[in-house]
Amino acid sequence: MTGAWETVIGVETHVQLRTASKMFCGCATAFGAPPNTQVCPVCLGLPGALPVPNELAIKLAVRAALALRCRVHAKSVFARKNYFYPDLPKGYQISQFDQPLATEGMLPFLSPDRGAVDATITRLHVEEDAGKSLHDRFPKHTAVDLNRAGVPLIEIVTGPDFRSPAEARAYLSTLKQVLEYIGISDCDMEKGSLRVDANVSVRRAGDPVLGTKCEVKNINSFSYVEKALTAERDRQIALIEGGGRVEQQTMLFDAKENTVRAQRAKEESHDYRYFPDPDLPPLIVSPEWIAEQQASLPELPATKRERFVSQYALPPQDAAVLTASRAVADYYESVVHAGAEPKAAANWVMGEVLGDAKDHQDQLRAPPAGLSQLIALVKGGTLSHQSAKRVFSELAANGGDPRTIAESLGVIQVADANVLGQWVDEVLGAHAAEVTRFRAGETKLMAFFVGQVMKASKGKADPKLAPKVIAERLGAA
Amino acid sequence: MTETAAPEALAAARAAADRMGKTKRLNALLTPAKDLRKSLLAQAKEVHPSGVLYGMPVAVKDNICTLEFPTTCASKILDGWQSPHEATAVAKLKAAGALIAGKANLDEFAMGSSTEHSAFGRVIHPLEKSRVPGGSSGGSAALVAAGAVPAALGSETGGSVRQPASFCGVVGIKPTYGRVSRYGLVAFGSSLDQIGVLGRSVHDAARVLSVISGRDGKDNTCEDRDPLRLPNVPENLQGFVIGLPKEYFPPDMDAGVRRACDRAIRALKELGAAVRDVSLPHTAYAIPAYYVIAPAEASSNLARFDGVRFGPRLGEGTDLRALYRETRGEGFGPEVRRRILVGTYVLSSGYYDAYYRKAQQVRALLAQDFRNVFDRGVDLIFTPTTPTTAFKAGERMADPVAMYLADIFTCTANLTGLPAMSVPIGRVKGLPVGGQFIGQSWLEDEMLEAAYALERAIPGAEDV
Repeated sequence: MTGAWETVIGVETHVQLRTASKMFCGCATAFGAPPNTQVCPVCLGLPGALPVPNELAIKLAVRAALALRCRVHAKSVFARKNYFYPDLPKGYQISQFDQPLATEGMLPFLSPDRGAVDATITRLHVEEDAGKSLHDRFPKHTAVDLNRAGVPLIEIVTGPDFRSPAEARAYLSTLKQVLEYIGISDCDMEKGSLRVDANVSVRRAGDPVLGTKCEVKNINSFSYVEKALTAERDRQIALIEGGGRVEQQTMLFDAKENTVRAQRAKEESHDYRYFPDPDLPPLIVSPEWIAEQQASLPELPATKRERFVSQYALPPQDAAVLTASRAVADYYESVVHAGAEPKAAANWVMGEVLGDAKDHQDQLRAPPAGLSQLIALVKGGTLSHQSAKRVFSELAANGGDPRTIAESLGVIQVADANVLGQWVDEVLGAHAAEVTRFRAGETKLMAFFVGQVMKASKGKADPKLAPKVIAERLGAA
Repeated sequence: MTETAAPEALAAARAAADRMGKTKRLNALLTPAKDLRKSLLAQAKEVHPSGVLYGMPVAVKDNICTLEFPTTCASKILDGWQSPHEATAVAKLKAAGALIAGKANLDEFAMGSSTEHSAFGRVIHPLEKSRVPGGSSGGSAALVAAGAVPAALGSETGGSVRQPASFCGVVGIKPTYGRVSRYGLVAFGSSLDQIGVLGRSVHDAARVLSVISGRDGKDNTCEDRDPLRLPNVPENLQGFVIGLPKEYFPPDMDAGVRRACDRAIRALKELGAAVRDVSLPHTAYAIPAYYVIAPAEASSNLARFDGVRFGPRLGEGTDLRALYRETRGEGFGPEVRRRILVGTYVLSSGYYDAYYRKAQQVRALLAQDFRNVFDRGVDLIFTPTTPTTAFKAGERMADPVAMYLADIFTCTANLTGLPAMSVPIGRVKGLPVGGQFIGQSWLEDEMLEAAYALERAIPGAEDV
C-alpha cells in the first residue's frame, strides 16, 4: 500500500538537562519526589518572584548544540509563551522563540532504508518544563504536581528529513546516543527526560510538494515511536486514498489501542503571544567560552567508532558494539591501555563483560586492569579459555588479582614439561594398546592422548605443550 | 534584642503607630491599626540599633511583598494573601534598622494615576479631600505628606512615584532601571517597573533609596553594583548644565505650573547652573508606546492570578474555564481588565508588529533623544512632573485617556530606564506642584545634588 507513497517526518525532541537544580530557581530536579515538595516561590509563580538562569543548564545546552554541529548564537533571547493551564504556574512558559540559542546543525545517522543520512537540526533552544496534571488521581478532580515545573529542557527540532517511521527512530537512537555521550541528559523516555513529538505528512512518490502535516504527540516510550508514526502515516494514506483530505491538526497516540486520535480543537487553538521575557536580559555567550566548550566536548560516537576501527584494527561491527555507550567504550579502552591485546579485549568486553553487565544493572563490574591481566594469562597459556571464564566471574563479583583467583580455584595451566611429563607417563602407562597402535602409524590417536592428559591434570595441563611432550615420549620410547 | 535594649526603636514604633492612626480619613493605609501597632512593637524589639535607618518607620506600597503584613495589590484577587517571601528592598530596609510601617493603598496592581482604582476604596488627598493624591503610589504619597512616616516605598511603571509625589507635595525618586532589585515587587510591566521612594525631604527619600539599592542575585535585571552613595548637599550648582525640553513646556501649559517652574528655573540659574533649551522630539509618542508596552507585559504578568495556587477562587468554578473566567472576571477591577485586554490584543499574532514591535522602536528613539541631549553636555533635564496639580476625584474615571495623560511627563523615564525624581517647587491655590529632574543612567548622585540645592533654594510648600 505504501509503495506509491512517500512519508515525510520531522521530529521535535524535548530533552531534560542533567542539572541538580531547576532552570530558574534552586529547587531540586530529582525524579519521583512526593508531589509539590520540590517547589519555591519562583517555580510556583508566586507574585513578586523572578527567574534567575541556571548557568549549568546553559552550558549543557551549548554542549548539546555543539555536539549537533549547530551554530551557537552569541546572543539569544528568552521569550514568554503565554497560555493558561493549571500546571503552568506563571501562565507562561519561559522558552526561546525568534532568537534561539542555536540553529543550523546536523546529525549523521544510519538509516535502515538509505544508509548514511544527515538529519538537519533546524534549531535548538532552552526552556523550562511545566508541571504535571494528574487526572486520574482523585475522582472528578485534577491534581497538579509542580515538582517538574521549571526543570530545564532543550528542544531539538529537525527538518522534514525522515522518509519512514523506522528512519525517524534510527535518528532518535543516534540522538540519544550522542546526548548520553556528552552527559547532558539521562535521556530516559519512561521518566520523561526525553520526549518526542513528530510532524508527519505523506505525498505521492516523486511529488516535490510536501503534504499537509499533522503533529503526533503522546509518544511516551522509545518502542512507541515507530508504532505511533506508522499509525499516523497509515491514517493519512487511507484518508487520501478514500478521497479525503488531511487537515492540519494534533494527533494523540494511544498506545493501548495502537491508534492515533485527533486532539480536540479547543485544546490546540492557542495564540501563544510570544514576546521577549523582560525579566531576563538576552543570553550572551562569548565566542571564547563557546570554543572552550567545543574543545572540551568528549569524542562523539561516530568519531570514536571510526577510531576504534583504525586504531585497534577492529571489525566495524565490533567497534559499533563497543562505542554504543561511552561507558563501555571507556571501559574497553582502559582494558587495552592496561596492556591487553585489542581484539582479545574486544571479544572479552563484548562477551563476558556485557553479559555480566546485563545481569547487574548495566554495571561494568570487573576492574579493567584485572581483565587485562586475565587476558594476558590466557594468552600466556597460564589459563585455558574455559578456566578464564570462571576466574572472570569471580573477578566481576569480588575483584582481586586474577592469578590469585586462578590459583585458589586451582585452574592454573601447567606448562612445565617435567610436571606435564608425569601426567603423560601416567596416561601412556595406562593405555599400552593405544601406544602400540600409535607407533604403528595411527597418529590421530594424539588427540586421544591429549584428552586423557587434560583429564588426568584436571584441566591444568597446557593443551599446547601436551602434544609436544607426548610426541617426545613416544618417539623416545 | 530585648525590650529594654531598644527603647528608641520602641518609642519610634509607638509614635509611628499613633501618627498612622490619625491618617484614617485618608484611606491611605491598608493595614488595620491594631495589626500595625502590634507588628511595629514586635519589629522594634528585633531591630538592630547599628543600622543607618535605625527606628525609621517606612510604609510600603501594597504591591511589594512583606512577611509582616498581607500583600494585596489593592485587588480582590489577592485579598488577604500572605506572601511567604519578602521583597529584597524590604529585607534591606529591615537589615538597616527600619520599621515596616504597614502597607499603603494603591491603584489595583499599580494601574492608575489617582489611586481611585483600588478595590479597597480611593485615597483622599491630604490637603483637599475632594482631590486625588495621584497614583498609583497614592497611599504612600499621602502617608508621607500627612507626616505619618518620613518615607515610604512606592513603585513606578510610568510615573507612579513621581506623579503622586508631585500631587502631594513630597519628594519622589525613581532610580535607574536595575538600581533596585524588583524581587518581591508584584510585576506590572517588568521592563518598566522599578521600586522608588517617597520622602518628606530629598534626604529622607535619598537615604532610603541608598539602603534598598544595589545588587541582588534574585533579580537578573538588577545591576551588579554597590549601593548608591549619597552625595553631599552642594553649596551651589556651578558647572551643572540643565536642559529644558520644549516638549515638556507646551504653549498651553497650566499657568500655575508654569509659574512654579519658572521660579524653580530662576533658582537653578541663581545657584550657578547653566540652563539650556533642548528638544526631545519623540516625546509625543511616549504615552502611546507606554500604553502598548505596559499592558502587553501586564497581560502576561497577571496570568498567574488564576485561582489555582493562591488567592481566593471566585464564582462556581464548575470547570477549568469557569474557574479562570470567574476568578479573573470578578477578582480584577475594570482598569486591570481593560489593560489585560489591551495587552493581549497588542501581543496577538497579526498585531504584534503593528503595536508591540513598533512601541519598542519608539522606545529606542526616545532613548536616543535623551542620549543626544546628554551627549551635548547637558547633565540633567528639568521639567514639570505633571501637567496639572491634583485633579478632582471622579473627574477622569470615565475617560481613561485623560487619566493616562497624567503620566505624559513621567513615563519617558520609565521607557528609557533613566533615573528621575520629583521635588516640590511651590503650590498653586494650595495644591502642590512638582518639578522633575531626569538624570543620566547611574548618575543619581548628580540628580540628587541638584534636588538638594533646589529644595534649599525655594519654599516648596508656598504658593507661587
